[in-house]
Amino acid sequence: MTAIFKRELSAYFSSAVGFIFLAVFFAFGGFYFFLGNVLSNTTDMRAFFSSIFSVIMFLIPILTMRLMSEDKKLKTDQALLTAPVGLYGIVLGKYLSAVVVYLAAMAMTVVYAVTLAAFAPIDLSLFFGHLLGAIFLGLALIAIGEFISSLTESQVIAAVASFAVMMALMLIDTLSSVMPTQFLKDVIYGISFYTRYANFTLGVLSIADVIFFLSVAGLFLFFTVRVLEKKRWS
Amino acid sequence: MVEVQHLVKRYGVKNAVDDISFSIDSGEIVGFLGPNGAGKSTTMNILTGYISATQGTAKIGGFDILEEPMEAKKCIGYLPEQPPLYLDMTVDAYLQFMFELKKVKLPRKEHLHEVCALCGIEGVRQRIIKNLSKGYRQRVGLAQALLGNPQVLILDEPTVGLDPNQIIEIRGLIQSLGKRHTIILSSHILSEVQAVCDRIIILSDGRLIADGTPESIAATLSTDHSLTARIEGDCERVQRVLRGLGSDVQVTVEGRRENESGAEIYDYRVTSTERRDLRRDLFAALCREQMPLLLLKTSELTLEEVFLQLIEEQHAAPAAGEAPTSGVKDSGSQMGDAPAEDGLKKETAANGDQAGEAAGGEGTARPSGSEADTGAGEAQGAPDENGTETAVKAPDGPDTRKAATGSGATREREGQSL
Repeated sequence: MTAIFKRELSAYFSSAVGFIFLAVFFAFGGFYFFLGNVLSNTTDMRAFFSSIFSVIMFLIPILTMRLMSEDKKLKTDQALLTAPVGLYGIVLGKYLSAVVVYLAAMAMTVVYAVTLAAFAPIDLSLFFGHLLGAIFLGLALIAIGEFISSLTESQVIAAVASFAVMMALMLIDTLSSVMPTQFLKDVIYGISFYTRYANFTLGVLSIADVIFFLSVAGLFLFFTVRVLEKKRWS
Repeated sequence: MVEVQHLVKRYGVKNAVDDISFSIDSGEIVGFLGPNGAGKSTTMNILTGYISATQGTAKIGGFDILEEPMEAKKCIGYLPEQPPLYLDMTVDAYLQFMFELKKVKLPRKEHLHEVCALCGIEGVRQRIIKNLSKGYRQRVGLAQALLGNPQVLILDEPTVGLDPNQIIEIRGLIQSLGKRHTIILSSHILSEVQAVCDRIIILSDGRLIADGTPESIAATLSTDHSLTARIEGDCERVQRVLRGLGSDVQVTVEGRRENESGAEIYDYRVTSTERRDLRRDLFAALCREQMPLLLLKTSELTLEEVFLQLIEEQHAAPAAGEAPTSGVKDSGSQMGDAPAEDGLKKETAANGDQAGEAAGGEGTARPSGSEADTGAGEAQGAPDENGTETAVKAPDGPDTRKAATGSGATREREGQSL
């Protein structure tokens, strides 16, 4: 697993993908930071973290598109699957490499917070609540992206399909409001990523939200392993 | 070292691998031979744990690839058809990665150096794989397979895409590796397998149709008991004389040869079902009858012809409908000893019943006939008088014989009625 993790991580930065991801994230992050904090003269990063949600949604597919699909295309999965490594080792190694790149992107927000702290005291616990929310959101989305990537050989298809899923996840809240029955409203509301994430940005650290994101991540990692397993048997 | 029992891999309705059994001992170099789509790669993918078999078991070094995949995979070095290379890595980084991935315990620097030297890629270690030529990529793939000195090397078409020089090099390399490793390689090029391997397993349509040394496979089908004779004289009379050589003699007329005098000259194929050497008797008989013998030859089959012949039979048999299927299969696995040159089974494929008899009742001979699709009965063959054994599992039928005759690579088998 460590071998795969190390290779995947270095692959992000031996190709342009890792750099592009970080650059775009920093660019939009910087924009929202400027808009939400610098321009409005506040150390309250709620607006920033709220807006960053859509940036994360759009950038995660870039991060995950090649995770599994590239191996299929290059047939390097033959090396991975015939090596003495379990399927979970393969899937987790790749997952963690994407997570590390994502964390590197998120680390930027710490820089913003420190910058703000130089001018006025900031609410640290609130900030870490925000950060934690963004991290848990990322964990779940990366797992979804990895799963989609495992379904296809083409990175482009993986990326487009992931975008579609991310879009759907963003639109789901709108859907909830037009549902005819309360039950359906509750169901849709229950799987809404934004509502869960919004709790974090409001400064609410609820265990239920944490568990929600973690279980989505676990579920899709499990699905990814199943996809690999299925390929062996079909 | 490698033990495969009744392996079946089914894709939908098609059996990519159909009930294959064999076993391979340490230090053997075994070649899988077969046309495209014969199931070579599928078998290898199953052996390495890349895909799972529908039925049957595969054991590597005593570990079942499904039950104890970690242990089994540690014994294997695998070079798939397309080397599994990350194109954007340098050779060195890639090998380092594979070294870690395979959890090799050997001293890293020395081992990588050793493997690179062996494969002749010392000079390209710092280059990015994307920029390497096909030949070098193949070598990097081979180096990757060699990492950790696995007991079993599985190489899927290792020389494909290489130039002739490289092919010779790689073959030499494989042969030298064979001293330390058990090697399974696949190819659809006969000369290659013939040059490198101690033993050949021929696959066609997912079935194992022959298993033995290159010589013994050729010998099984060899026609030293079957002669081609060009004789001048009345066709009917000549045939009568030839049949008079013994009750075990079968005669077919192969075709007329014209000459300027307009004499009747035909080619005859004379076969002894008891594998007698008929040459002297034939000469004597023709002398008595004053029939000039213009040409006499035994057809020595090259492996190429054997191969074609086996494949043709494979295809012809199901078409023949109720072809009297013969199935005598070598079972290295059942024999348990190395099929060294003298330990081979030479076994004629007769029809099911005869196969059973030949086995002296110790094997299981399934009644064939309806089993043209499975390739038939299994029987453990008895050594013939030479003490050599080979086994051929091949459906055989009248139509087959014709097909074979047509190709010029022919032989007659006992048990076939003419």
